[in-house]
Amino acid sequence: MIDQIINIIGMLNIRIILGLGGVLTLVTISTLILTWAERKVAGHMQLRIAPKEVGPFGLIQPVADAIKLIGKELLTPRDVEKPLYLLGPILIFVPVLISFVVIPFDAGLQVMDINVGILVILAFSSLTVLSILISGWGSNNKYSLIGSVRSVAQNIAYEIPLLLSILAVVFMSNSFSMKEIAEAQKGILHWYVFRQPLAFLIFFIACVAETNRTPFDLPEGESELVAGFHTEYSGMRFALFFLAEYTNLVIVSAVATTLFLGGYDGPVLPGIIWFFAKTYFLVFVIMWFRWTFPRVRFDQLLNFSWKILMPLSFFNLIATGALLKLI
Amino acid sequence: MDIITGALSLLSGMWITIKAFFRPVVTVQYPRQVIEITPRFRGHTKLVADEASPDRTRCIACGICERNCPSNAIKKVEGEKREGEKKKTATSYMLDFTACSHCGICVETCPAEALAFSADYNPVGFKRDDFCWDLVKEFEKRRALA
Repeated sequence: MIDQIINIIGMLNIRIILGLGGVLTLVTISTLILTWAERKVAGHMQLRIAPKEVGPFGLIQPVADAIKLIGKELLTPRDVEKPLYLLGPILIFVPVLISFVVIPFDAGLQVMDINVGILVILAFSSLTVLSILISGWGSNNKYSLIGSVRSVAQNIAYEIPLLLSILAVVFMSNSFSMKEIAEAQKGILHWYVFRQPLAFLIFFIACVAETNRTPFDLPEGESELVAGFHTEYSGMRFALFFLAEYTNLVIVSAVATTLFLGGYDGPVLPGIIWFFAKTYFLVFVIMWFRWTFPRVRFDQLLNFSWKILMPLSFFNLIATGALLKLI
Repeated sequence: MDIITGALSLLSGMWITIKAFFRPVVTVQYPRQVIEITPRFRGHTKLVADEASPDRTRCIACGICERNCPSNAIKKVEGEKREGEKKKTATSYMLDFTACSHCGICVETCPAEALAFSADYNPVGFKRDDFCWDLVKEFEKRRALA
């Protein structure tokens, strides 16, 4: 019976379906935990307690929030561009899911090892910009539009240093496959964060900018743009944006872990625990940024990318290439 | 050079927040935890008990507070002279707390030192009249509770 089903559907498809199911569960649970963690981090950094009423340590708070969001009315403003308006929240969530497919959580735990894994992630994560633009344009609201335009400018500017810093890693590992890059960093001294510190720094800064988080949160700066591109969304549509934001956070941290922190490499404990420990540590660092740094101005944001990050990453790339040729 | 100083300032900022992260919280969970009210807190005024006869206030109903009140919050300071006593004894002292500005002139000018600030920081009510108290009656209520 099972054999027949496998024969009909095919082993690969089953793997993908199971993998996507697992990824979906992971995404939802990690978002629930991260919203709680974000508020806890914020609270304690401001010497407050943060949520504590719902459940022990306020742990059930995100569930209560989710139920509230599901219960809300899905309001569609009168003059919106309906197809685009409705497509936005759905489109933002798809690339997020696909990016998880190529991330190796442990030596054997990966939905699919594609030999251009990094390119898949980069290609699909740039789609996020498109959905932000669509939802901002479709909302027929000046704040949404300004937010999404800013987001596009920012994402394009920071994608280049991001790519160049990844390329330095690819030079060293001779592979685009996430798994092979992780395998190339066995032992803590071989982690690329120590061999490519500049690339890691550039990559991490660009990641924070790509996920639209403080200090680069201009697309949704509350004090100037209400909520940026998701101003007009309510209920579950807003929740999807929220889900995508936090999942993007996990994805960039997971990619940074795989590319620079040795992925699932680590002593004694099983690899998956190391992987998630490193990933969530990076997530914590990004949250730490958010509750420490003020928002940058837009010209500072773009200048920083074009004038500092980009020359530095070019220099890093050329130096890496030259060194690899010499050694 | 700017990059280095900038990076150092970012790091020092992060050091501050991470220190705060591990420091104990300073907020108080109000309905469940209540902090001590400091002795110099200025709540609404209250009448103080007389040492000689604790079931009575020190107020001699002279009306100086009523005349001195800049907001006209004190009204109807009345008293009666009881048999065999030299001073008057207050029978009514109306305080309109909605008009009171906590200036403390009444407390300072009182010749009998019968007034003091209470530590009552959270009076509530649904009407304006809920904040018009007869301090003599309030004093008797406090006595009864004690």
